Amino acid sequence: MDALNNIFVNIAAYIRGLFADSHSLSADLAINIIVFIMLFLIMVVAALFLSLVERKFAHWVSQRSGPNRLGPHGWFQFIADAVKMLGKEDIYPANVDLFLFKIAPMMLVGITLMAYGVIPFGKGMVAINLDLGIFYFLAVSSISTLALLMAGWASNNKFSLLGGFRAVAQMISYEIPLLFSLLGVIMITQTFNLSSIVEAQKTIPFIFLQPLAFLIYLIAGIAETNRAPFDQVQGEQEIVAGPFTEYSGLRWGLFMLAEYGNVVATSAIAVSMFLGGWYGPGFLPGWLWFILKIWLVIFIMMWVRWTFVRMRVDHLMHFAWKILLPLSLANIFLTGLGIYIYQLFIPRIGG
Amino acid sequence: MMIDGTQEYSVNMGPQHPSTHGVFRMVVHLDGEVVTNVEPKIGYLHRGLEKMAESRTYNQFIPYTDRLDYLAGPHNSLGYVQAVEKLMGIEVPERAEYLRVIFAELGRVASHLFMIASGSLDICGWTPWSYCTRDRERILDLFEMTAGNRMTLNYFRIGGVSHDVPDEFIPALKSFLDDMPEMIEEYYGIFFGNEIAQSRMKSVGILPKELAENLLITGANLRASGVQYDVRKAEPYGIYDRFDFNVPVLYGCDTYDRHFIRLLEIQESRKILQQALRDIPEGPVMAKVPKVVKPPAGKVYHRVENPKGEMGWYIVSNGTTKPARVRIRTGAFVNVQMLPAIVTGWKIQDLVTIFASMDLVLGEVDK
Repeated sequence: MDALNNIFVNIAAYIRGLFADSHSLSADLAINIIVFIMLFLIMVVAALFLSLVERKFAHWVSQRSGPNRLGPHGWFQFIADAVKMLGKEDIYPANVDLFLFKIAPMMLVGITLMAYGVIPFGKGMVAINLDLGIFYFLAVSSISTLALLMAGWASNNKFSLLGGFRAVAQMISYEIPLLFSLLGVIMITQTFNLSSIVEAQKTIPFIFLQPLAFLIYLIAGIAETNRAPFDQVQGEQEIVAGPFTEYSGLRWGLFMLAEYGNVVATSAIAVSMFLGGWYGPGFLPGWLWFILKIWLVIFIMMWVRWTFVRMRVDHLMHFAWKILLPLSLANIFLTGLGIYIYQLFIPRIGG
Repeated sequence: MMIDGTQEYSVNMGPQHPSTHGVFRMVVHLDGEVVTNVEPKIGYLHRGLEKMAESRTYNQFIPYTDRLDYLAGPHNSLGYVQAVEKLMGIEVPERAEYLRVIFAELGRVASHLFMIASGSLDICGWTPWSYCTRDRERILDLFEMTAGNRMTLNYFRIGGVSHDVPDEFIPALKSFLDDMPEMIEEYYGIFFGNEIAQSRMKSVGILPKELAENLLITGANLRASGVQYDVRKAEPYGIYDRFDFNVPVLYGCDTYDRHFIRLLEIQESRKILQQALRDIPEGPVMAKVPKVVKPPAGKVYHRVENPKGEMGWYIVSNGTTKPARVRIRTGAFVNVQMLPAIVTGWKIQDLVTIFASMDLVLGEVDK
């Protein structure tokens, strides 16, 4: 079990061992390139697979058939979708701001990929072990607003523009409760490093200490990833597809890739912060526990998406500023109070 | 050039837009997200049905009537054939009358189910949409086993119906009626009882009673504005005076009530269907009608309660085999005018919901 647990760490160590000096610049470079490719593959495969699972789940919820032609029970459908998307003609409308129009989807995918850098997939399995890991994640994910606004602005379409503005309003509003909900955990552990936060949950996952924060994080996370009931940005029934209206083929595919990649990243952070990361009963390796927990969070997100209807734009704002934000502030206060009482008995916690 | 302050802009919604239920087009004037004015543009599905009727015999026109409100085909034909029968003075056999009521009410249930479905879809409720269409499918199966077609039945004839229902029809209908309360509970649970759905629909798009009456709104939209008016009760046609049913009325005047009243009407239709199944006699389904339908010169106006509103058939006969003039008063066409009257000041998202609550079918609007 220990060998299985550390399989990826050992592989990395073996590759390092191939170099004469295992801590030289070339060894670091080689490892980084391999890690980058691995992360990219993880994101692409997860997103493609998720696009199929989402449809399967939706059809299960709403009692339809779903994709069921290609492969056993349609489980190869996502390959066909990817191939179809790659083969499509690259269309862009006249009078678009071509530079922004072309760069927006790439930027969104790039940003999403950057967020994967700090996710601890297992013990020692983190691409960049940043001391400000969670801070970095929040900073990076807030840039994605810019990409959506660029797409909406560059498309030269009123529906796209509305979608772009909605994206800015919504994502900036929900970033604040998202950030504040994570503060409670940071106050307890007194570190921004995601691996250290996971290690602090060896005995008890923080969902039991911070249930309110987990709820706020989940809601704000669904809003950050633009999924129903907060999918104002796409708002298919009123603004066609929001910023993505004019996109087709692979560029549209990149947007979808980024969306599902974001879902996975948000769930991964939820798992690391609240659900105990890679810790779990010993009969499965840690990284598998991590993946299983991510799927659990994703299933909750899907369940919400296919049960609820879309909120209205102004209700959405009220919900962020008048309910989630005060709740997250209250959570910070309660956490502080709890830490103070705890410290009366034990002089120092955390670090 | 710099523009000071903000500017209104107009957006074309339709004819190819996800939520315009066909080929409806509206020019929406927006101030940010807020709708300041809406101009409905109709006519993209205009087929000239009234003119077509003049070049076809009375029997040849029956299939075209199904294409008016294609979500509830039977009730359109019912209005037409009853108008012609009124003109000719034909007595329809009892069994045919009951079959007509059964099909018309099934069409109403199918239409209302689809209205709830598309209404929920317009606020991104995919699952309620799927549930409603799943149950509507059973009605379409009933249609298919009888008439061969699923939506445009072409089943009613001048003087009766084209043929009797197959043996498996009655048990299938009975089991559908038995399952209905459970379905309605399910719709309530996932859509009408949903907190977000209620916040999206309640007190949105108020159509006050006076405005509804002044705009000649009919059908369920009028009844959701607090007016208890139904042609089936006000001026019973066919054998509707034999059935014991209520005309539900709601006083909220908002989008939620316009959706919810459809659910109540489905329950009333269920009562009618149960009574029809209980009372239906054996016998012929077609009266003795001459092969060539040639009504005497004259004119007739007949109105029926279509699921979308009051439908009137004005037929002028000059004594030949073809009508001299056919004029169709459709509920949905008149109901369009409530859209600009009630939508001002709401958000673009509410515009979609309000539009869905009007329950337009473009086949009926554009004729």
